[in-house]
Amino acid sequence: MPKTITDVICPFCGTLCDDIEVVVSDDGKKLTEVYNACVIGTEKFLHSQSSDRVTRPRLHQEDGSWKEISYDEAVEYTAQMLAKAKKPLMYGWSSTNCEAQSVGNEIAEISRACCDNTAAVCHGTTLIAVQDIGLPTCTLGEVKNRADRVIFWGCNPSHAHPRHMSRYSIFPRGFFTGKGQMSRKLVVVDPRVTDTAKMADVHLQVEQGKDYELLNALRVAFKGEWLPDVVAGIPKEKIREAADMMKSGRFGIIFFGMGVTQSLSKNHNIDEAIAVTKDLNEYTKFSIMPMRGHYNVTGSGEVFAWQFGFPFSVDLTRGFARYNPGDTSSIDLLTRGEIDAMFTIGSDPGAHFPISAVKQIAKVPSVCIDPHLTPTSGVSKLHVPVAFNGVETGGNCYRMDNVPIDCRKVVEPPEGMLTDEQFLIKVRDRLKQLKGAA
Amino acid sequence: METVTITMKNPPALYLEADNVSPDAFAGKTAAQIAELHVHEGNTTSSLGKYFDVNGSAGATAADTKIIVKGDVKKVKYLGFKMSAGELIVEGSTDLYAGAWMTGGKILVKGNAEAFAATAMKGGELTIEGNAGNYLGAAYRGDWRGMSGGKILVKGNAGSDIGMYMTGGQIVVNGDVDVHVMIHAEGGKTIIKGNAKSKVGGQMVEGDIYVFGTIDTMMPGFKPNGEIELEVDGTKGKFAHFIGDMGERHKKKKGQVVYANLYKKI
Amino acid sequence: MSEYIIKNGHVYDPVQGIKGDKADVAIKDGKIVDKAGSSAKVIDAKGKTVMAGAVEIHAHIAGPKVNLGRIYRPEDKLFSCTPTHGMERMGGGASIPTTFKTGYEYAKMGYTTAMEAAMPPMFSRHVHEEIRDTPIIDEGAFPVFGNNWFVMEYLKNHEIENTAAYIAWLLRVTKGYAVKVVNPGGTEAWAWGLNCLTVNDPVPYFDITPAEIVKGLIEANEYLGLPHSMHIHPNNLGNPGCYETTLDTMRLAEGFKAKNKFGREQVLHLTHTQFHSYKGTNWGDFESGAKEITDYVNKNKNITIDTGNVTLDETTTMTADGPFEHHLTGLNHLKWANCDVELETAAGVVPYIYSPNISVCAIQWAIGLEIPLMMKDPMRCYITTDHPNAGPFTRYPRVIKWLMSSKAREEQINAFKHKDKVLSQTSIGSLDKEISLYELAQMTRAGPAKSLGLASMCGGLKPGMDADVAVYDFNPEKPVANPDDIEKAFSRCAAVFKSGVQVVQNGEIVSTGHKRTLWVNAKVRDNPQVVRDINEKFLKYYSITQANYEALGHHFVPNPYALEVDATNV
Repeated sequence: MPKTITDVICPFCGTLCDDIEVVVSDDGKKLTEVYNACVIGTEKFLHSQSSDRVTRPRLHQEDGSWKEISYDEAVEYTAQMLAKAKKPLMYGWSSTNCEAQSVGNEIAEISRACCDNTAAVCHGTTLIAVQDIGLPTCTLGEVKNRADRVIFWGCNPSHAHPRHMSRYSIFPRGFFTGKGQMSRKLVVVDPRVTDTAKMADVHLQVEQGKDYELLNALRVAFKGEWLPDVVAGIPKEKIREAADMMKSGRFGIIFFGMGVTQSLSKNHNIDEAIAVTKDLNEYTKFSIMPMRGHYNVTGSGEVFAWQFGFPFSVDLTRGFARYNPGDTSSIDLLTRGEIDAMFTIGSDPGAHFPISAVKQIAKVPSVCIDPHLTPTSGVSKLHVPVAFNGVETGGNCYRMDNVPIDCRKVVEPPEGMLTDEQFLIKVRDRLKQLKGAA
Repeated sequence: METVTITMKNPPALYLEADNVSPDAFAGKTAAQIAELHVHEGNTTSSLGKYFDVNGSAGATAADTKIIVKGDVKKVKYLGFKMSAGELIVEGSTDLYAGAWMTGGKILVKGNAEAFAATAMKGGELTIEGNAGNYLGAAYRGDWRGMSGGKILVKGNAGSDIGMYMTGGQIVVNGDVDVHVMIHAEGGKTIIKGNAKSKVGGQMVEGDIYVFGTIDTMMPGFKPNGEIELEVDGTKGKFAHFIGDMGERHKKKKGQVVYANLYKKI
Repeated sequence: MSEYIIKNGHVYDPVQGIKGDKADVAIKDGKIVDKAGSSAKVIDAKGKTVMAGAVEIHAHIAGPKVNLGRIYRPEDKLFSCTPTHGMERMGGGASIPTTFKTGYEYAKMGYTTAMEAAMPPMFSRHVHEEIRDTPIIDEGAFPVFGNNWFVMEYLKNHEIENTAAYIAWLLRVTKGYAVKVVNPGGTEAWAWGLNCLTVNDPVPYFDITPAEIVKGLIEANEYLGLPHSMHIHPNNLGNPGCYETTLDTMRLAEGFKAKNKFGREQVLHLTHTQFHSYKGTNWGDFESGAKEITDYVNKNKNITIDTGNVTLDETTTMTADGPFEHHLTGLNHLKWANCDVELETAAGVVPYIYSPNISVCAIQWAIGLEIPLMMKDPMRCYITTDHPNAGPFTRYPRVIKWLMSSKAREEQINAFKHKDKVLSQTSIGSLDKEISLYELAQMTRAGPAKSLGLASMCGGLKPGMDADVAVYDFNPEKPVANPDDIEKAFSRCAAVFKSGVQVVQNGEIVSTGHKRTLWVNAKVRDNPQVVRDINEKFLKYYSITQANYEALGHHFVPNPYALEVDATNV
């Protein structure tokens, strides 16, 4: 008899929906149906069942072919690589659980590596802004229960966080928002007419690269000061209208994404957006929240921070932690040729990094821990597939609003496969032996 | 003044962190002792002598010590780190953190310097004959106390984010600059003799920016405030005066609100 | 398990009334015992001071706002990190240490138990992950109740039994230790950008006053008979004139008697009292209200307090008093972080520099010392810095120096730019009391342990208690040449034992022991009403499901220690 497991947490994006229902076979080995998840989440669960999964580590040969090796041999290769490297980079961490991240941190400390997560190409700029100006924020339930002004700036949740609007930000009927979407005004700021923009009460089509100027103009408008006729392609009258609409709400929230974190100005865009939020707290209640991408990039930041003091781009090479994106950040380390070994886990830099950085990964000894075949696994020397976190093993994860939710194991991994944590523990123990003997 | 010359002889495979190459670290030491100072390549620690030939000897104090760095040091970081007195001359180009956290003395880089030069500078002089990278004279991440004193001169171009969170001192760039000049500054002066792009003076509380060339896009927070005749670093001319950032908070001194100033040469 | 005998030290143990006598302390199988066997390892404590391990009753060391502080202050780690060495993992953070550093630093100063002062229930997993990663010391965490929707709805109708059932449920699912109240009602008002500054300001929509919340929680706490009392950070923190609100808050405890099986005698613990003892009407005429506050606490024996000493450092303020932090950033314009938590609470973080050149900071410093010097019963007054709010906990040895040496206080007063204001606005100049080692033991060990309901376990050296022992290189028989020697001696212990394992030797970590997470398991009668209310709120208002709320699992609390409470027959 198949059984339905409820309250399952979806391990794909930062929305971290925890109301998924999954149907599995009686023996717990096959996963057959997924309910409540969006299209992406559904696929995340179902694709774990594909018959052509790689289930054992494979070593890249001289002639370009792959040879299957055992997990123990993979542990040995990885530990040796990290022990010998002068400046290894341990990157990714965003699609695995906090328990694995913690073991990874131990390994990075023992091998004196640089460690980094996907914030480096995503909301790292948000973290830099937060470090410069702070962060007035809230949990997603506060948005559900109180928000009557919702702004999506430089993000497109219809595509990237599909259930965000129905679970938290636009449609829910919360305690003080009984009329659901009718209680809320939606403003979308995006140069494109996206599916999210089509839902907006107001769509500000900002000129590309000028978000910083537009945010500045809003702050000027709050103070009633002089404005030029047009800022960032938006007429000053529309800017003043938007400013008034924000001030007149009871509880506002700005959600933002790659449109501002990775376009011209990067962290300065977020800095000024946080300044807008802070200014609005003189008149009403306003908060701001980054739309985190990977389902546990937030967790990686939290674990790095409480163990090392910094949320990403951490350099442990001197035996203590140092931080300065531009110096200690992954893409810079790779493109400048600073790294002599690459360890990737729970992410796909091969797909997301500039090609000049990916070429470096191909040049140095490299290990990729990933259940999938990806561009990263393709350019790495060793590919170690592991169980899917959040599907075949549980573990703690942090949502985009920093709320910790413990993912569940719903189905068994293929026979003989290890989890990230199990593999990393073996690597750590072997590395301790190698370093102890030295 | 005593002079120590270090010449790159054994380029590192990766990059070197040379935080000990400063008059303060060299003072009172012989060449042999200087060669024993630590230098770091990734997670390995070696002596300076492994990578550099060291000749001469240092003065008794930092103020009496001059260092000349020869050879290819494009992959050497932290030259002049935390120096408080004396002189440092880099004959070519260097990497990150040149003169970072310096409080005095003089540094001359004859080539280019990469990012984070003169981070949190408190005093002294840094001259770069080539180009400077991003974050010139900026604060360390998260610190609201940035460059507070000293003088920087870049004869070429500079990158983005110069003078971020500046509170004092002076930066002069003879060439062009990239985006974001003196963001969040609460004092200090930046003179750009070439062209600027955009985001000049964003979120500025106090301080002065002079631009001789063009500004592609002005910040909306800078309000036109007439024209003024000025002499700036030896150049006389008429400047359009803007005050701002009008979206930011400002102090009052003697009943008058104090704004940051942006002067653009007409 | 190991046996030790700590020989010939000067023992200070308020639990047994030992006031510096030369005595041996024997340890076996994790407990203090009467006599050690012949194979016991000898620890020479000749010429040294021996006390039980110290107990931290209130510090912000684990959880989301602590980590937000770490994330957003890279400059707190600049040039001040410690490398991996010996048994120690790398550490960093001057005002907000990383978790490894937190454990090592507490242990090196002789602390063996610490309480995380405020846990937002929805984030309990995060708090427990950080507690798990804080080596050596036993820890517990206090969930916050004073702005909780369930609590406000029940107490509006004075439903004590329902409130107690909810408290018991929440303590269990969050593995929490006590009933913490921060800015009652005001932090819910803050979700709309408002606040409650007196005990009678009604909370928007919920229409209940802070006074009703506080009284109701005291009643519920005694109904259950929990080990600790209601622990409160009153409304109106930090504002000139706030001492009135503090007195109003303490008066709410009048008439209540402690009811519990743990030896606790107070019904209200007032925390970081320094921040709540201000007279005056603005920062210009700002003055100390320490006398008014300590007079009241001296007379009302059902109250305990902790000090909240200002250490004159650059530090980071962080509290569940969200509106206060917004107010503070308006004053000093430094970066402000805030997080409102659905149905439960909020938190705010702002850096702060307590400069000796600013008269307000100097007066705050003085108030923090007046309070313990004017308290008559050291068993009811505990030393804290509300870490990191008034200063980092690593400054405890400096606070001890100021309390034990009036010369040290005088030196600091003379170093103030506005010395005259400090002397005119406070009475610190006229207080020449110097606390004794016995009083120090009361204020840092026996007192806080008793207040927390842990008197049978720790805070003393009586046989049967946990073998938590600290040995200081401080000879009570030698006159103190220089007050800085006091600070030095209390910074690094000669030896520290935690549950019978030696964890510190000559100021270095030699073992990380087996730390425990202390929590309270309170049982009540079945309460279908509360069960239904919980189900309903999760279904309608929370953003996670009820099944996903509880911090369940070995990886969160690997070594739990539950204090059992049976309230089924009340």
